[in-house]
Amino acid sequence: MACCVSDTSATPEPTQGAWPHRCPGTMFARGLKRKSAEDGEDVEGGLAGTQATPSYSLQRQSLLDMSLVKLQLCHMLVEPNLCRSVLIANTVRQIQEEMTQDGTWRVVAPQAAGRAPLDRLVSTEILCRSVREQEGERPAPDVGDGRMPGLVPGLSAVPSAQALRSPQSSLWEVDSSRENRGGFQKSLDQIFETLESKTPGSVEELFSDVDSSYYDLDAVLTGMVGSTQSGHGSGLQAFTSAATPPPGSSCRSDLGELDHAVEILVET
Amino acid sequence: MAGAGGGGCPAGGNDLQWCFSQVKGAVDEDVAEADIISTVEFNYSGDLLATGDKGGRVVIFQREQENKSRPHSRGEYNVYSTFQSHEPEFDYLKSLEIEEKINKIRWLPQQNAAHFLLSTNDKTIKLWKISERDKRAEGYNLKDEDGRLRDPFRITALRVPILKPMDLMVEASPRRIFANAHTYHINSISVNSDHETYLSADDLRINLWHLEITDRSFNIVDIKPVNMEELTEVITAAEFHPHQCNVFVYSSSKGTIRLCDMRSSALCDRHAKFFEEPEDPSSRSFFSEIISSISDVKFSHSGRYMMTRDYLSVKVWDLNMESRPVETHQVHEYLRSKLCSLYENDCIFDKFECCWSGSDSAIMTGSYNNFFRMFDRTTRRDVTLEASRENSKPRASLKPRKVCTGGKRKKDEISVDSLDFNKKILHTAWHPAENIIAVAATNNLYIFQDKVN
Repeated sequence: MACCVSDTSATPEPTQGAWPHRCPGTMFARGLKRKSAEDGEDVEGGLAGTQATPSYSLQRQSLLDMSLVKLQLCHMLVEPNLCRSVLIANTVRQIQEEMTQDGTWRVVAPQAAGRAPLDRLVSTEILCRSVREQEGERPAPDVGDGRMPGLVPGLSAVPSAQALRSPQSSLWEVDSSRENRGGFQKSLDQIFETLESKTPGSVEELFSDVDSSYYDLDAVLTGMVGSTQSGHGSGLQAFTSAATPPPGSSCRSDLGELDHAVEILVET
Repeated sequence: MAGAGGGGCPAGGNDLQWCFSQVKGAVDEDVAEADIISTVEFNYSGDLLATGDKGGRVVIFQREQENKSRPHSRGEYNVYSTFQSHEPEFDYLKSLEIEEKINKIRWLPQQNAAHFLLSTNDKTIKLWKISERDKRAEGYNLKDEDGRLRDPFRITALRVPILKPMDLMVEASPRRIFANAHTYHINSISVNSDHETYLSADDLRINLWHLEITDRSFNIVDIKPVNMEELTEVITAAEFHPHQCNVFVYSSSKGTIRLCDMRSSALCDRHAKFFEEPEDPSSRSFFSEIISSISDVKFSHSGRYMMTRDYLSVKVWDLNMESRPVETHQVHEYLRSKLCSLYENDCIFDKFECCWSGSDSAIMTGSYNNFFRMFDRTTRRDVTLEASRENSKPRASLKPRKVCTGGKRKKDEISVDSLDFNKKILHTAWHPAENIIAVAATNNLYIFQDKVN
């Protein structure tokens, strides 16, 4: 098979059904060989030579980003397909494990918070950053909890993120505001917290909202209030249900924030 | 086919000349989502062919009887009954819609004049009775022919109602509804060889039912971890052994199959046999696990083998050997280098089914571009055929198709990049005794027959 070639300077195209030449299919097939190639390869600046083949790390990062977005979409679906979610989450975990072994799993220290660099994830930042890069230079908004978006050096814009920009940029905009602690934020946090864990193999809380045994009054009221008051389509109600907290928590989804989130979605 | 001389079925896919027989469904380019066929199943005799669709409807076709005056219509399948099996529902507690899509249909063996089948969506299984009515009673005492009640005081004489023939009417009525037993989405149902029980499997649990009892089911497999955070594997398919009523298998998203014996314990969490092929380290990639996920598992009619379908291949396993399959057939190996794109557009999660021929000598499964593949286990030959309206002249032979994987594309070959990934054949069925196959292509059902037939 012809190797898929990627030109990082070209404007990527939407991918639905197409065979994007930028897709590094064959590179992913040689997962193990990468280790020897890595030493000789310049991860960050591109390769010496005439072929503009992106480095393995970039491709891996691209796959990670794509997977995280897919997991997000899983949470937004009316009926998340559990098998698909599990398979994607396992893929993310695999990548995380490999990146941890590489030592490439690192986060830039937040400017003011003084946290240790490994406390927060790089993924959020990269995804946010790659989207914002397409939209031109913008001051990166504060992403809650003192996480400051930073740059992982050497990584240029991830092509795959752009194809998903339209529906996703609104997601990130919602996410970027500290106030929006509706279903979105909780789902995102759940997903990103999973990768934060230093013990690979535990996808924390990723599926906790799938567990439907917690039909206590809080959960029921949250869901019913959300569905009667929001009055929006079933997609929104999925957010409400995704935000249903474990028993014992008195958290109620803020309907004002949910409305705001819906407004943004509807506009796109 | 019984007429083929030495008894038993003739050899499988490749000694046969497959011909177009019929196609059912709309011709429109615009496919209504509800019309997409989601399951296809022959009954035990092969005279009835049931399809379920995303709109929750079941359509049953019946094979026409042999008629010497119309030899060409012999063996044609025509609509026998259509009914709405499942309706969309709303789960108020979770604020989620429950799709009405029919995931599986399984027939019960026929025990009297009526036919019974089980149909299921994500949450609820229903037992349907399909019966014929070709007589009606006339001459009631208490009501008129048009059904209006008569004034009792005006009745001066009594008569015995008589049965008169009428146009055949086929009625479908729900006899049992098996609900509220599955938290996750049902992916399989399987009728036991005892004809009294059946199993239903969702992502994390398998339940055993008695066909007569709807308010109770027994949980026989539960792989839900205490902490959902630790979930890494789900159940993808399950089936009862065709002869041993205590044995069933279930497959997982990690490419493993577990065979369980219900006699060993009530909860079959510990398997009796564990089938897994060791991974080939040279082909390992980030997609290895996803493409190893098994989308379908089917016992052979003999009960000696089982077949599994993963994304790129079908494997035949001998039940006596757990370490590796006895046969591996590549369905569309040319997609291996495209896995990243297929992951991106979600095609990598497509769940293809597979089926055995009546004699177990051949196996069939679907692919993209409306292609389907047949593998003859005796001659070791395989063929790629296409279900399309272009090859749909009556009794026209199907021409084998070939996908060009690189280099110069020959005439009549199609290159990998030209394949239409929206045209996927996920559901196929093989007549239990004859060489007749049903292939579901989105909203169309194709029926192909062997020329000899």
